[in-house]
Amino acid sequence: MTGLRGVLFVGLPVAVILGFWLLARWEYRHGRDSHRQSFVARNGWPVVAFVVAAVGFWALVMIVLPQLYMVDFSFHPKLPPSQRGGPRDVYTLENYRYFLFGSTRSTASWNVTHITAFWLTIAVSMCITVLNFVICYPLAYFMAQVGTGSQVRKLMLLLIIPYWVNELLRAFAFNILFGTSGVLNVILLCTGVIASPIDFIGQDIALYSGLTYAYLLVMMFPLYNALESLDHNQIEAARDLGAPWWHVHLHVVMPFAKPGIASGCTLVFMLCAGALAAPLVLGGPKTLWFTPIVYDRFYQAFNWNQGAAYAIVLLLTCILFVMMVMRVFRVSLSEITR
Amino acid sequence: MSADVELDDVSVRFGPFLAVDRASLKIAGGEFFSILGPSGCGKTTLLRTISGFLQPSQGRVRIGGRDMAGLGANKRPTALIFQNLALFPLMTVADNVGYGLRVRGVARAERRRRVDALLQLVALPDQGGSLVSELSGGQKQRVAIARALAVEPQVLLLDEPLSALDLRLRQHMRSELRAIQKRVGITFIYITHDQGEALTMSDRIAVMNRGVIEQVGPGRAVYDDPATAFVASFVGENNCFEGTVVETGDGHAVVETGVGRLSGRRRNGLAVGDRALVFVRPEALRLVSDDAPAPIACELSSSAFEGNATHLFARARQGQPIVVTLSRRDEAGAMAPGQKLGLDYAAHDGLVLPANGHGAD
Ligand SMILES: Nc1ncnc2c1ncn2[C@@H]1O[C@H](COP(=O)(O)OP(=O)(O)O)[C@@H](O)[C@H]1O
Ligand SMILES: [Mg+2]
Repeated sequence: MTGLRGVLFVGLPVAVILGFWLLARWEYRHGRDSHRQSFVARNGWPVVAFVVAAVGFWALVMIVLPQLYMVDFSFHPKLPPSQRGGPRDVYTLENYRYFLFGSTRSTASWNVTHITAFWLTIAVSMCITVLNFVICYPLAYFMAQVGTGSQVRKLMLLLIIPYWVNELLRAFAFNILFGTSGVLNVILLCTGVIASPIDFIGQDIALYSGLTYAYLLVMMFPLYNALESLDHNQIEAARDLGAPWWHVHLHVVMPFAKPGIASGCTLVFMLCAGALAAPLVLGGPKTLWFTPIVYDRFYQAFNWNQGAAYAIVLLLTCILFVMMVMRVFRVSLSEITR
Repeated sequence: MSADVELDDVSVRFGPFLAVDRASLKIAGGEFFSILGPSGCGKTTLLRTISGFLQPSQGRVRIGGRDMAGLGANKRPTALIFQNLALFPLMTVADNVGYGLRVRGVARAERRRRVDALLQLVALPDQGGSLVSELSGGQKQRVAIARALAVEPQVLLLDEPLSALDLRLRQHMRSELRAIQKRVGITFIYITHDQGEALTMSDRIAVMNRGVIEQVGPGRAVYDDPATAFVASFVGENNCFEGTVVETGDGHAVVETGVGRLSGRRRNGLAVGDRALVFVRPEALRLVSDDAPAPIACELSSSAFEGNATHLFARARQGQPIVVTLSRRDEAGAMAPGQKLGLDYAAHDGLVLPANGHGAD
């Protein structure tokens, strides 16, 4: 087993690199003119075959297949291994029924807890996305259009370095920060701002702050990239024509940065709605967040079929939601990837 | 309505670097005024100071008699046309032109009417619905002009607006700009490094060098009577001979130069023994016949026939290059490289200026 793994994880990359090196040598020796040739003629069929195979493998095995598996899973009942593929292993909607009604059969009453958690997750993710945008936009604008080179570099470092700490550790640090006897409460108590400690965690303030902080960079970079390519003269031209600051931002800067805003917002929203570590660590006993519920389907209820159904509900809703928002703001998918 | 612009001892610093050095100008309302200078001499900086993007480190800017200190670009009665035009790429031509009106809360119908009128003025009547990216260079130019004029500025500031166009279009736009200025009647302050542009379009020109305004005057005066050695060599072609003043008289001086004794008009402040430069325009030089004595002797290197004129490129003693421009009438038939030439000029066509690069006064 170790031998096979060794071959896979060390031998394969080395073989690929060696292959490319040999190809480069071969091509160099044949001194080909690489202009005005098709991709195949330019790179040779081995490279083409490799690229096609690699991309195909990646798309199919890493992305499509697991998801298809999940979809398939979600339409099957939970069965002990011995009965899988047997007569009772039929297509069913019972997992989805459970999400909506809290029972695999009856549709008498709604599954209030799960549905509330679900919509709360969507709504809060939306708020966090907006909050992230509000925090990042001025900063990104400053870095892209106002700050000098050294200021921008320093800011960039300050932004990036905290993200070297892994997500889980950061979440626990926030837990300590926001705990009843945490740093924040101590400071507030000592300075006399409050008389008794605030339950940041029970009130979900810790969770929402943690989530906001966790995805700042994900918002920051698309915004910065988009704003960076805006010609500063355009801002000055608008100013020169008499526009006040808010008008310049609303009608010149933001429309230009729309693709960046859209990709930042969709990323933050998706990641936030699907976040697991922060809700697990920073959530209080009464916290409602959807991903821990999904997680529980898999590992507490040991019901992978139900978990799959829950995950797919979340995924599809997020996608639909994002599409809808993009429609409203007239952003096309191709713009986001620009 | 037009307004006069007054710069009173304006300096602009970038850290230790002095980009504009104590510039003083009085530009009359309705004037077409050019600021001419080589790249990097501080023209854009000066223009941005007038438009309010930069505050002068020293001195005052007054427009229409009003001190502009502390007023931002959006509060000044000026409009700037940027070197790269800076049109809004996501807006249509009409939205670009109407932007300033929209900012001012002009109602949609009225806005439309005024945008149409402006597009008519710049000869783009049917382009309102197109995107900026669909236009040619010259058309973009016109949109930028219309957008700036839409806010009815009292002063229009233009930062080398024609530099991105090809030669033919540039020459066409020169007369067009001049015509637009006549029609709207406001003050134009036009920046360029192209002396041809400055000379053809402007009522008056300020010549700028390293942040300093060296001379202000009508084009003809700047060309015929440059105040400094820099102006003499930057505006138009000029032959320059360096030497020492050996004789001064009433309004003239004689200079001992590398090619011999040359005389010319003298600006005040030059005395015998001073280093000086003698400038003679190529078109002021004429050929003298072989036997007559000539103040400048040289040898032809090459010639270029240009239709209405012929340029002769020659070298005098010590390799000093000399350019002679002969009009069709004065042309002396075919000449071969290597041929010896004698050159002369009328005394009032020579100009003696101090050699330190600045006026002595
Ligand atoms: N923001 C700035 N900071 C520092 N130096 C500048 C700045 N803007 C312009 N300069 C310097 O000032 C000088 C004049 O620039 P500019 O006014 O743009 O010249 P021009 O428009 O005549 O080519 C240049 O040497 C330039 O490097
Ligand atoms: Mg410039």
